[in-house]
Amino acid sequence: MSTDKTIIEVTNLTKKFKDFTAVDNISFTVKRGEIFAFLGPNGAGKSTTIKMLTTLLLPTKGKMSLDGHDPILEQFTVRRSLGVVFQDPSLDDELTAYENMGFHGMLYKVPRDLRRTRIEKLLKFVELWERKDNLVKTFSGGMKRRLEIARGFLHHPKIFFLDEPTLGLDPQTRNHIWNYIKNLNQSEKITIFFTTHYMEEAERVAQKIAIIDQGKIIAQGTVTDLKNKTQSSTLEETFLKLTGKKIREEKADGVEKMRTRRRVWRRR
Amino acid sequence: MSVIYTLWLRELKRHLRSRSRIVGSLGRPMLFLIVLGFGLGPVFARAGAGNYFQFLVPGVICMEILFTAVFSGVQVIWDRQFGFLKITLVAPVSRFEIMLGKTFGGATVAAIQGFIIFLISLIVGFRIQNLALLPLALVFIFLIAILFTALGITIASLLEDAQGFHLIMNFLVMPLFFLSGALFPLSEIPKILLIIVSINPLSYGVDGLRGTLINDAYFGLTVDLLVLSVVTGLFLLIGSYLFSKIQI
Ligand SMILES: Nc1ncnc2c1ncn2[C@@H]1O[C@H](COP(=O)(O)OP(=O)(O)OP(=O)(O)O)[C@@H](O)[C@H]1O
Ligand SMILES: [Mg+2]
Repeated sequence: MSTDKTIIEVTNLTKKFKDFTAVDNISFTVKRGEIFAFLGPNGAGKSTTIKMLTTLLLPTKGKMSLDGHDPILEQFTVRRSLGVVFQDPSLDDELTAYENMGFHGMLYKVPRDLRRTRIEKLLKFVELWERKDNLVKTFSGGMKRRLEIARGFLHHPKIFFLDEPTLGLDPQTRNHIWNYIKNLNQSEKITIFFTTHYMEEAERVAQKIAIIDQGKIIAQGTVTDLKNKTQSSTLEETFLKLTGKKIREEKADGVEKMRTRRRVWRRR
Repeated sequence: MSVIYTLWLRELKRHLRSRSRIVGSLGRPMLFLIVLGFGLGPVFARAGAGNYFQFLVPGVICMEILFTAVFSGVQVIWDRQFGFLKITLVAPVSRFEIMLGKTFGGATVAAIQGFIIFLISLIVGFRIQNLALLPLALVFIFLIAILFTALGITIASLLEDAQGFHLIMNFLVMPLFFLSGALFPLSEIPKILLIIVSINPLSYGVDGLRGTLINDAYFGLTVDLLVLSVVTGLFLLIGSYLFSKIQI
């Protein structure tokens, strides 16, 4: 049962899209203040799991508990304690960095003065304070990601979900971003739940890891546990041993089609 | 309340910031106004039907509102997979508030666009019959704007992806416009056409504007107001219900 040390508890969670099972009966727990990595090949079901945990998708079956609350029955309580960075960018390109932060603060009802001081602190922290009045559409990918991370922390969440926060970024920026996240994890005691395809990243920052493949969790434990179990020297090797070398045939779902189409539309 | 205001403000800021979109969307109605207004004017006058330009202005205002409103509502399709909407959906606010904020925001934008057409028409020679009815005309403008933004959001909540977008524009918005009496008087059209026009909510918007601006209502202002209010309320309800069911 959920103790005070456990902040996320997932039991037999399943998500089906019509007759396709994207998440297949998974169970895991995350400890309070932990950095937890959720790894798996493309289409494994990582984002789908995050969407269920963050109240965006209803599971087909199973139970979830976040800080003692059920994301289905107590949506509002759960949402208040979450910060999320989605796999796809979710900033408003037509607004400035500051306005994006401001709107977020208003949605989470952060009082005005507190909002101002926190925005300033966070934007300085991710080194975007000088660019605060620039429209987000003029930002590089790395700047956008940093802004999204800063935004996610604005309401001081208890759990922070990051779905591939460093996707497509150069090593310097990735390094920076992980420093911010680790820093916030330590100073604010925020639990971090993240996904990534960069194994050395997970190896470096995660205290615990779960590996999911085709909707099923196939291994979990600390980095050392997993490496020992598979007799590998790196996490990458572990990962490949566990999930095989075959490239995943991912069926192009609605999202993938939208991604393509959106690129076309934006070019108008 | 603050959530609705936040989302409303965002829509407005975005709109006011994109000059090209503001000006761009005026192109189509201006074309209608000038080409049809002045081109068909003489024929209309010869038939003894009065001044076609005067008659056309309320219809063209409605056209601008209709297109802008549906378009901003349908934007939700893009927003729901990407962008701001997704982040608002994980915020501790109710879907109903989000829907209302988006609707009022989109509607305000559409109303502004309609009002710009109105001002331009005044410059080109449009004359209001009764200044006292102007506030009521503004009420109609807002009602139409809210109704069709809500419709846009309703449709967007039903669509899986953006594929259906052109379909909506061509098979819903265009017919809504052409079958609303925006371009022709209702008094002498064939019965079957009149029936179709009568079940189109936009017709009551066009009629209401025509009644308030040039004192030429077919259904009557009371009927117009009643029908529009009821249908607007209905779409707000349906829209927010479907919107609350969106899964990402
Ligand atoms: N709304 C949906 N409808 C149908 N299928 C879906 C939907 N969302 C996801 N899927 C499918 O579920 C599977 C898991 O998708 P998910 O996005 O969770 O994978 P992922 O582990 O995040 O992969 P990636 O690393 O590529 O982001 C995929 O096969 C995907 O096509
Ligand atoms: Mg994913």
